[in-house]
Amino acid sequence: MHTATEISGHVGLYGLMAEFDQPEPLLEAAHRARAEGYRNMDAYAPMPMEGLAEAIGFRTDWVQRLVFIAGLLGATGGFTLCWWMTVIAYPHNVAGRPLNSWPAYVAITFECMVLLACLTAVIGMLALNGLPQPYHPVFNVPQFARASRDRFFLCIEAADPKFDIDDTRAFLEGLNPREVVEVAP
Amino acid sequence: MTPEDRESTSVATLDPGPDKVIGPGHDFGTVTDEISGVVLRPFLKTPKQMFIGFACAFLLVNLLLVAVTWLFVRGVGIWGIVIPIAWGFAIVNFVWWIGIGHAGTLISAILLLLKQDWRTSINRFSEAMTLFAVACAGMFPILHLGRPWLAYWLIPYPNTMWLWPQPRSPLIWDVFAVSTYATVSLIFWFTGLIPDLATMRDKAGNPIAQRIFGLLAMGWRGSAKHWARYQKAYLLLAGLSTPLVVSVHSVVSFDFSVSIVPGWHTTIFPPYFVAGAIYSGFAMVLTLAIPVRRWYHLEDLITMRHIECMAKVMLGTGLIVAYGYAMEAFMAWYSGEQYERYAFYNRMWAGGYWWTYWLLILCNILIPQLLWSRRVRLNILSVFLISLVVNVGMWLERFVIVVTSLTRDFVPSSWGMYYPTVWDWATYAGTIGLFLSLMFLFIRGLPAISIFEIREVVHQEETVHAHGD
Repeated sequence: MHTATEISGHVGLYGLMAEFDQPEPLLEAAHRARAEGYRNMDAYAPMPMEGLAEAIGFRTDWVQRLVFIAGLLGATGGFTLCWWMTVIAYPHNVAGRPLNSWPAYVAITFECMVLLACLTAVIGMLALNGLPQPYHPVFNVPQFARASRDRFFLCIEAADPKFDIDDTRAFLEGLNPREVVEVAP
Repeated sequence: MTPEDRESTSVATLDPGPDKVIGPGHDFGTVTDEISGVVLRPFLKTPKQMFIGFACAFLLVNLLLVAVTWLFVRGVGIWGIVIPIAWGFAIVNFVWWIGIGHAGTLISAILLLLKQDWRTSINRFSEAMTLFAVACAGMFPILHLGRPWLAYWLIPYPNTMWLWPQPRSPLIWDVFAVSTYATVSLIFWFTGLIPDLATMRDKAGNPIAQRIFGLLAMGWRGSAKHWARYQKAYLLLAGLSTPLVVSVHSVVSFDFSVSIVPGWHTTIFPPYFVAGAIYSGFAMVLTLAIPVRRWYHLEDLITMRHIECMAKVMLGTGLIVAYGYAMEAFMAWYSGEQYERYAFYNRMWAGGYWWTYWLLILCNILIPQLLWSRRVRLNILSVFLISLVVNVGMWLERFVIVVTSLTRDFVPSSWGMYYPTVWDWATYAGTIGLFLSLMFLFIRGLPAISIFEIREVVHQEETVHAHGD
């Protein structure tokens, strides 16, 4: 265990980052880092990789929850709008049919559900990801420009309770990366 | 760009044939360089066909501006529409354009859910096509309003007149369906672009381009946590877009089938319209993808497998459309209803437009049957020509439905004929120009193939090779 002073010794550092050539070693490294007891870390890849988020111990259900709620709200709102327009705001007798002619509202109800759910999926995803984010320390690493091309990175953050500049570096070196670099905050 | 990068781009562009979705020798880096190279190459290195194509398309955009300005000055009387044919080209073109858009959503959403590997190289491109086609489509009902500056009356909003739109009318369903479709298509397309915009940001040498791409990428860094949420959102968008695309063209078909005009009042309209939409959309994807693939040497990313699969979907949906035509005619006869029967007699023989019907049968049913032959499907020129024929055929289909049905309704005293004027043609040609201009700009300015999804394909291929051999 580290004392508070030891952790504060790393204030000038966001974390340590290991660079890999291929996706499989990154996945392996993420699993090993988690098994080693690291919690505050993130993996970076140029494409989605199956099992990578789980490997760093990340789970989220919020996107689908938000979308479900938004879909319900959209459908309710769409139906209520139609009902209110035809029954309350502008009642208009069409061939003696009931004012609340609900089958005719299905299309608008459906469209409102899809619209609200889709907007929530995208805006919710971005918000949960903390985007747009103009600055992030990982971009201080010059090699990181290739994280969007063909390189794979694992970053163990200095905020992790188990982080120790020497031990963590030794651990990352042991994973056989191309390189281990320090990330300025 | 490091010198290392430049070496790795030198993968020969070979079409791997009809069995592979990606050419040989590609890795994560080479696909990135090849696709982003289309955008990042110097301005003057743009293929000259792109300049010529854009110049022609842009001329048509100017024609559109003239036609629309004249329309605003003089009103819809400059078109050939009369009573009883009040819908004319505006609605024909509206339905045609929105139908074309549907293939984009189908490719990006439905084929994603069905895990079709051949969708990846063409989805971005088709989504853009959807967006621009819907933009062209959305213009027509508004131009057709007579007082287009009052288009906002279609939207329910509190107003001093205390008037509300009629939500029992398919025309109002259309407002909701089309505007939802346009919005969802836009965000679906943009969501797909975010990771690729980050790639462009990291690769762009030009500081201005870097700024613009950086701004649009919103700080995307490829974090595993972000990817996890991203994939969920993308899958949900696909799941929601799938019923949406079906609903949009169904609602468009309700504009016709809910009315009582003979030739419109048919229950088969929704499925038959949706199939027709996908049919024309795939034809348009082929019409656009075949030249672009050649100009930019993307034969190793848009392979013969993509072309062949699209040709097959075209053949399949074309057969559904053929069934629709047959059922329309059969039901007209079987109903025993004299107006329905007359509408078909008029469509096929009697009226002034009989030749459009037979031309449509030729374009949409007879000629595409050539696609049963594998040799035809693997011949790029024949697929291109058939796709053009189908585009024309689907436009004729909407003409036959809209115009021929309206020329002869119940009372002979209200019969009439519709003759499109030069302004009808100018507006139509102008939207084709607008569509193509936007496509040219898109291909030049943004990655037209989804780079991160192609990386996934590369990864899968590598995994298959590692375990298969």
